[in-house]
Amino acid sequence: MALDVTWAVKWLTMCAQAMAEHRLELIELDRAIGDSDHGENMDRGFQAVLDKLAESQPETPGAALKLTAMSLMSKVGGAAGPLYGTAFLRAATTLGDAPDISPAALAQALEAARDGVVARGKAEPGDKTMVDAWTPAVEAAGAASAAGANVLAVLVAAAEAAEEGAAATDPLIARKGRASYLGERSIGHRDPGAVSTALILRAAAGAAA
Amino acid sequence: MTVRLVVVSHSEKIADGAVELAAQMAPDVVILPAGGTDDGRIGTSMEKVMAALAEAADGDGIVILTDLGSAVMTAEAAIEFSGDPDSVVLADAPLIEGLIAAAVAAQTGADLRTVQKAAEAVRGALGQGRDEPVSVNEESRTQHAADWQPEVSESFELVNEAGLHARPAAKIAGGLAGMDADVTINGVDGASMTGLMTLAAGKGSVLRVEANGPDAAKAVRYIQGLVQSGFGES
Repeated sequence: MALDVTWAVKWLTMCAQAMAEHRLELIELDRAIGDSDHGENMDRGFQAVLDKLAESQPETPGAALKLTAMSLMSKVGGAAGPLYGTAFLRAATTLGDAPDISPAALAQALEAARDGVVARGKAEPGDKTMVDAWTPAVEAAGAASAAGANVLAVLVAAAEAAEEGAAATDPLIARKGRASYLGERSIGHRDPGAVSTALILRAAAGAAA
Repeated sequence: MTVRLVVVSHSEKIADGAVELAAQMAPDVVILPAGGTDDGRIGTSMEKVMAALAEAADGDGIVILTDLGSAVMTAEAAIEFSGDPDSVVLADAPLIEGLIAAAVAAQTGADLRTVQKAAEAVRGALGQGRDEPVSVNEESRTQHAADWQPEVSESFELVNEAGLHARPAAKIAGGLAGMDADVTINGVDGASMTGLMTLAAGKGSVLRVEANGPDAAKAVRYIQGLVQSGFGES
């Protein structure tokens, strides 16, 4: 399907479902190396997004993402709020008022989102954060788009790369956020932010299928 | 018109308490709290921060002070959302000390960058910053001892009962923040409220004021006025 506002609303709805389904898993991951609120926060944040979507009925994908940014920033509470909020805001700004999204614009929006996360959280690849899911996703999306893939294929490539990136955080030592206080004890645990990023990107592909 | 301040904290009580404390030293400055989440939990709320920024928008700019971690991120994101990065700035300073220094500077009518600088100057006095653990104070102390020749230097005796406690230190530091002068008092940076408080100078102590720069004489007169009037205290 075309990546229009119907897709955007479906994507965000699937994000909310994914966060509700994986709430306990994210809580467990965060309990190991953080403060165990990530599942709770993301679930609440995306429920608020759904309420907001029903209330204001955006007309473009960019408008839907901007509204998502605002809701996540207000309702998530932890560091994930401003991080995901900035990601959605930067993507929305890139998309502007366009009624639907081309493969190239999609790759560009993902890159803007990742750059927003990096600007806000100052993490680099390898720090065991959501950047470790975002960066491979951006690279895979860019490569797929350059190779002439359609939007669905670009989203699937991004989701797969994000999932691999999240799994690859297991052996890393956390260097940012609360997990960094644990130092080497963070080894062997998957970063919850990288996992929630992969869930969001998987939902984006699912909504386009 | 003065610069306005917004306090972003994970806790509503901390934000409210910090505002209450600073307001006592700077009664004419608009200082707004944005603490806790929308539903009163521990955390930071973009909505509360945006609301405070909107409410404070009609002054001569806004300086935001924050506590830990995501408060900084939320404040930065709010600045990005508000789309007015020139009139809203973040002070990289410890919340309470920075807020009081900023409030006192704002009370004296200092401009946006000066208020921000007044807040950030307390980092040096505490010997730590978020990014660079450099003690500005010790650097300047060494420099002063070696080759610093003050253009103006005078000594004044503290006459007020309580000596150089928080409020007098804030008055000195706040006033100096708006002047183009490099001032030390008994070797510590005169523009740093917390630095002055480390002197623990009581009634009868003598303050040796040394100053350089275009406003050196004005700065020394300013301190003299405050000290000799007992900072308006008994």
